[in-house]
Amino acid sequence: MHSITELLQQLVYGLSLGSIYALIALGYTMVYGIVKLINFAHGDVMMVGAYMGWLAITVFHFPFFPAILFAMIVAAIAGIIIERAAYKPLRNATRIAALITAIGVSLFLEYGGMLVVGAQMRTYPNVFPETMYKIGGITFKFGDIVMLVTALVLMLLLHFTVQYTKIGKAMRASSFDMEAALLMGVNVNTTISATFAIGSALAAAAGVLYGIYFNSIDPLMGITPGLKAFVAAVLGGIGIIPGAMVGGLVLGVTESLVSGLGASTWRDAVAFLILILVLIIKPSGLFGKNLREKV
Amino acid sequence: MKRVSILNRKNALTLFLVIVIYAVIQGLIVTDILPPLYTSTLIQVCIYVILAASLNLINGITGQFSIGHAGFMAIGAYFAGIVSVKFHGPLFLALLAGGIVAAVAGFIVGLPTLRLRGDYLAIATLGLGQIVMIIFQNMDYFGGAAGMQVGRHVNWSWAFWGTIISLVVIHNFVNSTHGRACISVRENEIAAEAMGVNTTKYKVLAFTLGAFFAGVAGGIYSNYMYFIQPTTFNFLTSFNILVMVVLGGLGSMTGSILGALIMTVLNVALSGIPSLRMVITALLLIIMMLFRPSGLMGTKEFNLNFLEKKEERTVA
Amino acid sequence: MLKIESLSKSFGGLKAVSNLNIDIKDGELIGLIGPNGAGKTTVFNLITGVYEPTEGEILFRERKIGGLKPYQVTHRGIARTFQNIRLFADLTVIDNVKIAYHQHAKYSSLGAILRLPSYFKGEAEMENKALELLKVFHLEGKAKEAAKNLPYGEQRRLEIARALAAEPKLLLLDEPAAGMNPQETHELMELIRWIRDTFKLTILLIEHDMSLVMGVCERIYVLDYGTIIAQGGPDEIKSNPKVIEAYLGEEAI
Repeated sequence: MHSITELLQQLVYGLSLGSIYALIALGYTMVYGIVKLINFAHGDVMMVGAYMGWLAITVFHFPFFPAILFAMIVAAIAGIIIERAAYKPLRNATRIAALITAIGVSLFLEYGGMLVVGAQMRTYPNVFPETMYKIGGITFKFGDIVMLVTALVLMLLLHFTVQYTKIGKAMRASSFDMEAALLMGVNVNTTISATFAIGSALAAAAGVLYGIYFNSIDPLMGITPGLKAFVAAVLGGIGIIPGAMVGGLVLGVTESLVSGLGASTWRDAVAFLILILVLIIKPSGLFGKNLREKV
Repeated sequence: MKRVSILNRKNALTLFLVIVIYAVIQGLIVTDILPPLYTSTLIQVCIYVILAASLNLINGITGQFSIGHAGFMAIGAYFAGIVSVKFHGPLFLALLAGGIVAAVAGFIVGLPTLRLRGDYLAIATLGLGQIVMIIFQNMDYFGGAAGMQVGRHVNWSWAFWGTIISLVVIHNFVNSTHGRACISVRENEIAAEAMGVNTTKYKVLAFTLGAFFAGVAGGIYSNYMYFIQPTTFNFLTSFNILVMVVLGGLGSMTGSILGALIMTVLNVALSGIPSLRMVITALLLIIMMLFRPSGLMGTKEFNLNFLEKKEERTVA
Repeated sequence: MLKIESLSKSFGGLKAVSNLNIDIKDGELIGLIGPNGAGKTTVFNLITGVYEPTEGEILFRERKIGGLKPYQVTHRGIARTFQNIRLFADLTVIDNVKIAYHQHAKYSSLGAILRLPSYFKGEAEMENKALELLKVFHLEGKAKEAAKNLPYGEQRRLEIARALAAEPKLLLLDEPAAGMNPQETHELMELIRWIRDTFKLTILLIEHDMSLVMGVCERIYVLDYGTIIAQGGPDEIKSNPKVIEAYLGEEAI
């Protein structure tokens, strides 16, 4: 790091990347909040979204916004199907059985995807003009700004959905106490489906943005950002929606700074180190409360 | 009163079967009847049997869900490789060194992380496995991301007897008061603690012992495979070992052996079409969890008890 | 034997136990009663090291045990049962008992791995001790059955047998009669008294069933809102107005 300008520049990169992590982390945290499952396949739903966006832009020639919407809708449906087919029958099984299933679904999407679209990377179309804005020596790319704004708008939308709509209230009730919610007349099945749908749609949006950010996609692209978004969710306190947003941004910025220091080969290790430290020091995350088993 | 002794019909017969299996295969190898691909598959089965049995000790017996086993395998593979290549040490010493370094690593990471429960522990061990891989990628002494040349020092005899010794040690540990202490942690941690079991000690002990044998298996692997790379020991490898244990039945050692055998043969048979192989593995696992979550064997063991005198079983 | 001095425990702002004093002599059979939510189980959890006291001391045989880990407390000679049965459900009845003997095991992990003579001797000894104990509780016929397959009453008995296997000096029973019918409760009363005399134990028990408490306990402590409101023999407690008020509310007086 040679100067303040460079530091700020890394911060800008970090925020763009972090907003993508945050979008994915929201899905992890919402699902965990309700069904107490680490949905390992979430990163791969993001991959599905990225491919749908790619399909929409290069084959259907959609502009950016309809393309991202298309990706979100397809991923939402995929999310509902995954939940109904693989997770719902295991709702009363041990958490470990559910976790193993989730890993299975993840591998199925990765390698099933490879069978369908091939293992090779695909170049993501450049949908934004190459305009750059320079403010005080810091470069803002037009694309970065659109990404950040898209992510923020989606997060705000989610916030309003969860706080003020009927389904949002049902989600919060189910997350607090699923049985009580059931007794109070909340349709838990619909609520869980809605949670998977919304989480998957956000992941798909993140997938499209990720494709644009890194210019390329492949069937295994979901693994690393998926794990990192999980780290972000844990960092913020898993099950807590604002926690996921903050966790994502913090992780994105941390990674950029590590890369900026010239240690980019250690970038992933730093993310996992954060994960382990958070789990050991404060497993409930930055915003969570500690709970322990009643004797 | 029941008398326990090492000299009984069951043990004698087991030993006899083990020697027969070894001798038959050794004979087929020496006479060049067995094609090299089959020999290689058998040695891989041995390696994965050790890995699955050692992970079963952690996940199945002690109930601590670890999904970063490949990390310890990597440590063993690299350190055993270093002893073989850079110090020209004997193979036995190389395997022992790999196991010990992996055990030390297991102890150091186990102590703080084993306080975590269930899926939190799972995700922490996943992270640890990834960190180990990244460390080896960044260390030039170990060849970095490009990998390390080790050469072939392991043959069928080494792999087979290494496996048998590992299994005997794990079996003897599990079938003792110390193994029961581990099982009590799995069954009900609070009750175990209240009955005087130092649960932290037994979690760390099982984790360390599991890491040791993962290290030994890694050592056999690197000394057989000529060449190793950090990415060999990625999450997929950890997952593969996990599938073997779950398929066989968490908590069943014979189940782990069976799981390792089935998965390794399946992997070799489908090695030409890797993505289809992974899809089949994934589907197998999902179907397993949906319809038979306790695995092929449950927590039961296949054993030769039926050979013992009838009266012993009717005591109860 | 057990001396609790001005013991307090708060959870956040909530005081679950405050300024508690209990003194139990060697060989006594003591009851701890109180309305729901009075903090009885919290007291057990404090004694056994599940919770760390916020204030005060717990002395067991003149040594401080407050703040020790649960297994360390057990090693000092205190064993317990649980209100909601916590057996090792999938294990056999005899293995449940053997696990509690673990702390007295006379061979090391290495001895087990190498199958040294100490292993065979130690295992045989544990097996015999466990079987003897099961006989006392009429469970020897079910030694090889999974604990979860026992009927409820036998599960409760097994939990007591398991606690005894830890060879305690002080036995804590958390609602041993919960869910039992009057006939079973009566048998349990006899059993508790018999255990105390045969194993030379001191027993502290929490119970809701008044017939059991009044019938078996020599002294009773009454807990309400985390403090002791009365203590004494069964007859004193029965007629104590504070106790009646705590149980029945003010109108009853």
